[in-house]
Amino acid sequence: MGQLCIKDVSYNVDQQPILKSLDLTVASGEYVTLTGPSGSGKSTLLKLIASLLTPTSGTIQVDNRQIETIAPSEYRKRVSYCFQQPTLFGETVADNLNFPFEIRQLPVDHDLILERLQQVGLTALYLTKQVTALSGGEKQRVALIRNLLFKPEVLLLDEVTTGLDAANKAIVDQLITDYNEIEGVTVISVTHDQQELQRKGRQLTMVAGQWATTHESSR
Amino acid sequence: MNLAVNPLSLTFAISLVFVALIISFHEKIGLEKDLVFSVIRAVIQLIVVGYLLKFIFHIDHVWLTLIMMLIIIGNAALNARKRAAGLRNAGYISLMAIMTSTGVTLGLLVLSGAIKFMPAQIIPITGMIASNSMVAIGLSYRSMLTSFKDQRQAVLERLALGATLKQASIAIVRNSIKTGMAPTIDSAKTVGLVSLPGMMSGLIFAGIDPVKAIMYQILVTFMLLSATSLGSVIACYLAYHSFYNQQQQLIDMTTNKKD
Repeated sequence: MGQLCIKDVSYNVDQQPILKSLDLTVASGEYVTLTGPSGSGKSTLLKLIASLLTPTSGTIQVDNRQIETIAPSEYRKRVSYCFQQPTLFGETVADNLNFPFEIRQLPVDHDLILERLQQVGLTALYLTKQVTALSGGEKQRVALIRNLLFKPEVLLLDEVTTGLDAANKAIVDQLITDYNEIEGVTVISVTHDQQELQRKGRQLTMVAGQWATTHESSR
Repeated sequence: MNLAVNPLSLTFAISLVFVALIISFHEKIGLEKDLVFSVIRAVIQLIVVGYLLKFIFHIDHVWLTLIMMLIIIGNAALNARKRAAGLRNAGYISLMAIMTSTGVTLGLLVLSGAIKFMPAQIIPITGMIASNSMVAIGLSYRSMLTSFKDQRQAVLERLALGATLKQASIAIVRNSIKTGMAPTIDSAKTVGLVSLPGMMSGLIFAGIDPVKAIMYQILVTFMLLSATSLGSVIACYLAYHSFYNQQQQLIDMTTNKKD
């Protein structure tokens, strides 16, 4: 579960190519980091994989199924995209963490929410906090566990540790590593963090909508 | 009847337009051309409608009444569509919303015996219902367009978490319905205190006992609440789909492109 196959994917905006004939195969449970200069198309690729955009040409398959053949709302529960600068909606932190349960029409599991909050260094007191009162780092962590309350098959991370201090970066990093190594979640992470790039599995570099280099590093 | 207006008194009443014209000219507002054009247009439209209604009331035929109703509803839908600023299917959505809200409200009024199915009652009431529904729908559209633009990132986040289109849009839909209905609710709260509304004023003007007149105004208040709520609900629930493409992705309304 969580195997991805991208074949000859291009994406244009106003006839301007953003991504050019990209191929990528990601094995189930693999950790892939994407790096490259700003505007090279890394976030666009993640949004295409998340089905938030549709490729101009080419195909994207998950577990050997074309993503167009899966209901988008079901697909996005399996392939979860975390935004670079996430927005918390509603009024309180609880509004955000209850939402994944609401969309699945399941009763809210408060214990699970508390467990996840603690995993990223937050407490139950945060649940009633207004989203406008949170710092950037707190928002980022709440947004991340919002994506992780239900285990996805593929986790798409768009610079989610940017803006976090070293201590919180380590906490978030550990959480993602656990999901990848213990739970077997496939991770594709856009990052500029040198430590993450050096530490994690396969590293890909994108320049102007194309792969620049590909090399495997030991995990 | 104590109605005293006649062509001569109307001619003198034109001086009221000159007051507006003099103010516009003196204060350099630059609305003289618009004022003259709108006055000429209003007079011509009302003369045509006056004679048309006289003819329809005289003929008193079901089909003619229905056609007139459809013309009113169609015009209201065309006007509401203008507020939708290029939203997909806005014309069809407006027509469905205004036709249903007007049809249901009128149907209940006729079935309850509050009004009779005769052109002199049906046509003016259709106009009142359709125009109020039109305004409510227009406000709802404007609220939706602004909210989908301002809350774009929040909608994208909901979609990315696996929300259906309805789940991603419901907060905006509810707020837009509220916006559409707000003026009708506000005016229902202040009716008789701030203004003596059209129906009631008209009846009192025509010499009807004010106690009888308020009964009609109560009826109008009820029917407008029904029409604006139905119109806003139908329009908003149909319109939110137009903010997404077939792949359930949020359309960029500023450029009409996908993200």
